[in-house]
Amino acid sequence: MHISVNVDGVTYADEVEPRLLLVHYLRERLSKTGTVVGCDTGNCGACTVHLDGHSVKSCQMLAVQANGHEVTTIEGLARDGKLHPVQEAFHSNHALQCGFCTPGMIMQAIDLLADESDPDDETVRKGLEGNLCRCTGYQNIVRAVQDAAQRMKPGAGPKQEQHSDEHISSKQPVGGE
Amino acid sequence: MTATAEPEIGKARLRKEDARLITGQTTWTDNLQLHGMLHMAVLRSPVAHARITGIDVSRATSMPGVAVVLTGEDFAAEQGSLPCAWPITEDMKSPPAPAMAVAQVNFAGEAVALVIADSAYHAADALEAIDIDYDELPVVLDMEEALRDNDLVHPDLGTNKCATWIFDSAEAGVGTNVEDEIASAEVVIERTFKQQRLIPAFMEPRSVVVDTTAGMFTVWSATQIPHILRWMLSAVTGISEHKLRVIAPDVGGGFGGKLQVTPEELLCLLVARRMGRPVKWTESRTESMLSAHHGRDQVQKITLSARRDGTVTGLKVELLADMGAYLRLVTPGVPILGAFMFNSIYKFAAYRFVCTNVFTNKVPTDAYRGAGRPEATFAIERMMDELAVELGVEPMKIREMNWIRHEEFPFDTVAGLTYDSGNYEAATARAMELFGYEEMREEQARRRSSGDVVQLGIGISTYTEMCGLAPSRVLGALRYAAGGWETASIRMLPTGKVEVITGTSPHGQGHETVWSQIVADKLGVPFDDVEVLHGDTATSHKGMDSYGSRSLAVGGTALVYAADKVLAKARTLAAHMMECDEVDVEFASGSFSVRGTSTVRSLGDVVLAAHVAHDLPEGMEPGMDADATFDPDNFSFPHGTHLCATEVDTETGMVRISRYVAVDDVGTVMNPLIVDGQVHGGLAQGIAQALYEEATHDEMGTLTSATLADYLVPCAADLPAFLTDRTTTPATSNPLGAKGVGEAGTIASTPAVVNSVLDALRHLGVRDIEMPMSPERVWTALQGRPDPGSGDVTAGGLGSIDAQGGQS
Repeated sequence: MHISVNVDGVTYADEVEPRLLLVHYLRERLSKTGTVVGCDTGNCGACTVHLDGHSVKSCQMLAVQANGHEVTTIEGLARDGKLHPVQEAFHSNHALQCGFCTPGMIMQAIDLLADESDPDDETVRKGLEGNLCRCTGYQNIVRAVQDAAQRMKPGAGPKQEQHSDEHISSKQPVGGE
Repeated sequence: MTATAEPEIGKARLRKEDARLITGQTTWTDNLQLHGMLHMAVLRSPVAHARITGIDVSRATSMPGVAVVLTGEDFAAEQGSLPCAWPITEDMKSPPAPAMAVAQVNFAGEAVALVIADSAYHAADALEAIDIDYDELPVVLDMEEALRDNDLVHPDLGTNKCATWIFDSAEAGVGTNVEDEIASAEVVIERTFKQQRLIPAFMEPRSVVVDTTAGMFTVWSATQIPHILRWMLSAVTGISEHKLRVIAPDVGGGFGGKLQVTPEELLCLLVARRMGRPVKWTESRTESMLSAHHGRDQVQKITLSARRDGTVTGLKVELLADMGAYLRLVTPGVPILGAFMFNSIYKFAAYRFVCTNVFTNKVPTDAYRGAGRPEATFAIERMMDELAVELGVEPMKIREMNWIRHEEFPFDTVAGLTYDSGNYEAATARAMELFGYEEMREEQARRRSSGDVVQLGIGISTYTEMCGLAPSRVLGALRYAAGGWETASIRMLPTGKVEVITGTSPHGQGHETVWSQIVADKLGVPFDDVEVLHGDTATSHKGMDSYGSRSLAVGGTALVYAADKVLAKARTLAAHMMECDEVDVEFASGSFSVRGTSTVRSLGDVVLAAHVAHDLPEGMEPGMDADATFDPDNFSFPHGTHLCATEVDTETGMVRISRYVAVDDVGTVMNPLIVDGQVHGGLAQGIAQALYEEATHDEMGTLTSATLADYLVPCAADLPAFLTDRTTTPATSNPLGAKGVGEAGTIASTPAVVNSVLDALRHLGVRDIEMPMSPERVWTALQGRPDPGSGDVTAGGLGSIDAQGGQS
């Protein structure tokens, strides 16, 4: 099938098998290897990317479902050589060790912060339930997300990562949880 | 000595590694795409014990994109046996361990065929077209049943007993006879604990790529042990070691789970050799659960004798340890790493340890974070609580009565070790203060007297462990096949920049950052001027890799000694350059000066002079590089006090950790940020053993927890915030004073949680609850019923559907 997908600001037109998972399209066809695969059941969240500004698990979606949509991966977050505030906060708070879960964790954290601009500890923990980390015990991840919330006040960050209520209400089911 | 104005050692440096990891500029093995690369998929046995009576690959072979389908017969002549490097006794039974089953499968998940295709999708498609006939054999799952030898995992061995390993303090001449102590004791407590089977569950699935071009075999692997892997792959395949290069690029966690020479690494290499083309294999999560080694899985029978005044006298440990179906790299030695730790921080007069290793039709076990020491710590900390309950003594008091006092170090233990340093009083005092111990006890009393639905428990773990593996001569005495030294090189580049080569192999620990701190501190060069090279046998040609909380204590020390060598030579040259006597040369902040004068040469000046070699002292070699290898003369012994408060809902059985305090003494800290991170992650894994995780099998031996939906790796919402602090008594076994921190949190936390839950419920008649303490088990215990079972028979979740391990 023919698809046209904008990934990290570049539009790609490709022939793909209908069964090709979005994560494999990103990794194998576009060499966007920053997004990784950690499981096959949608539990670990390592493959989380944004589809039109909302987080999705790219191992639970077909590439063809991304046709006509905009995908943002961990590789498309930095702007003009400047890291996204959530990336900065993960570094400053030592919120990663092996780093394998980190791309998905950062993408999910951004989605969380778009909905909750000043989340408490419990809100962060619940908001990251779909992303597993085996190294950090989550303590510094929670700290980083809260720190990022402060860095982003009053709502900094790339525009497509911000979404209004209208966007949320019109959100289509696109795989993931 | 510290050579910079602001010491780098001890500084909370942010990590160098993060830049690539937070932007996706990573080098995971699965990222590699080589020209002409083939993809390997592995068909895995759905049955736990069977003879293979027929294999039909014809349909699979003709499928699109398939280059070849290979079975055990195809490898029988060349695959040899996967190595076990730790034959713990002379008479240990060791079955052949083929990378791929030839005639018989011995666990569900064992490789039975391979498809080699032009894409991973085509390879996975063809797996489903392979037909295999199995003639099923009786399945051996339970260790006690296995020891009756009615059904045998490996009939050729004649028994399911692998080995029996014994330590006895009287025989070793380091203590009295435990049977005498038990016979004459005023109190004897006997308990049996089960250490459930765990799965390391590193986040990055394993991946291997082998390239055969350029007259070499280059193996990329998501491994903790590139150096050992190179040695072992050479030994098994006969490929000359100098024609093998192993690279561990970015590796996404290991926790012991990637301390292995895997069937798939060997098979990928053999296939690449056969096809003459690059080959990649990346596992699915289910494959990882079904075939990568598991951890723990022991039954512990513990007998403790004491006097009525609370003084412990004897400790007898009788273990059954499940090896699974084969002996992997250090499988039989894992329980032996716990043998020296059951006595922990307490002064027993007598100690006896007997471990029986048993074969079953399950995935092989091997190292998992703590490896032997969490099991030991759990048992002794549970027993100290049992003794306290028996005698009606406050559980911290009973520990205090029996532990080694700080003025008694160095202390020779009843297990034959010498603990070099520690201060249990200090760590405990700090932990109790942070925890609010007395207030917690008061709150607990209030809830008990009011009959609150949510009861409060307080759990203690005053642990120690042995790490920093290890003195080579001790490993040799324990029949381990390798040494425990570590090595480091420093290359002083002509522009003054520094390359550090280490034999350790980080996979999340932050060695690039800390090794840079150590070198910056020793040489007075800027932190950012140091580059750390690791994980590639072509650049780092020797090393013993990373496990056993050894990297800093052993590898960091090698680096210190290499830096000392650089400085010693630089001092000689600096004296020559400044035309003074070497004894008058001082070094500070990266510069040499002549005492009492203003004459100065920077280290960079001296390095350049050594590099151009125009004017060197007579006999001095050009260049300023140095190598050092360090073999410690003792293990190191982190310790600490962990306190855990749990709120247990007596109506639902739900357990919530309401406060967790960890005060650890890990020796001198290089980077507190990284140490805290290691403790947090360790706590998460230890708490997970207490409350969440268990590898379960059905009665046919199928793993029923083969996905992350069924095997409950905790998420952020499952864990509390931790309160951590440190006390410090430097290790005396290395110049850094470092003890090691990778495993401490995991070792300490499991008994703290379990003791806490039991403490909440003891007054309601609950005596014990097996791990993981699920709401169902806690609730059942509260109903006064026997435990619902060991979890060996559990309803299958997603994982029971796809025992083939394919991408379903």
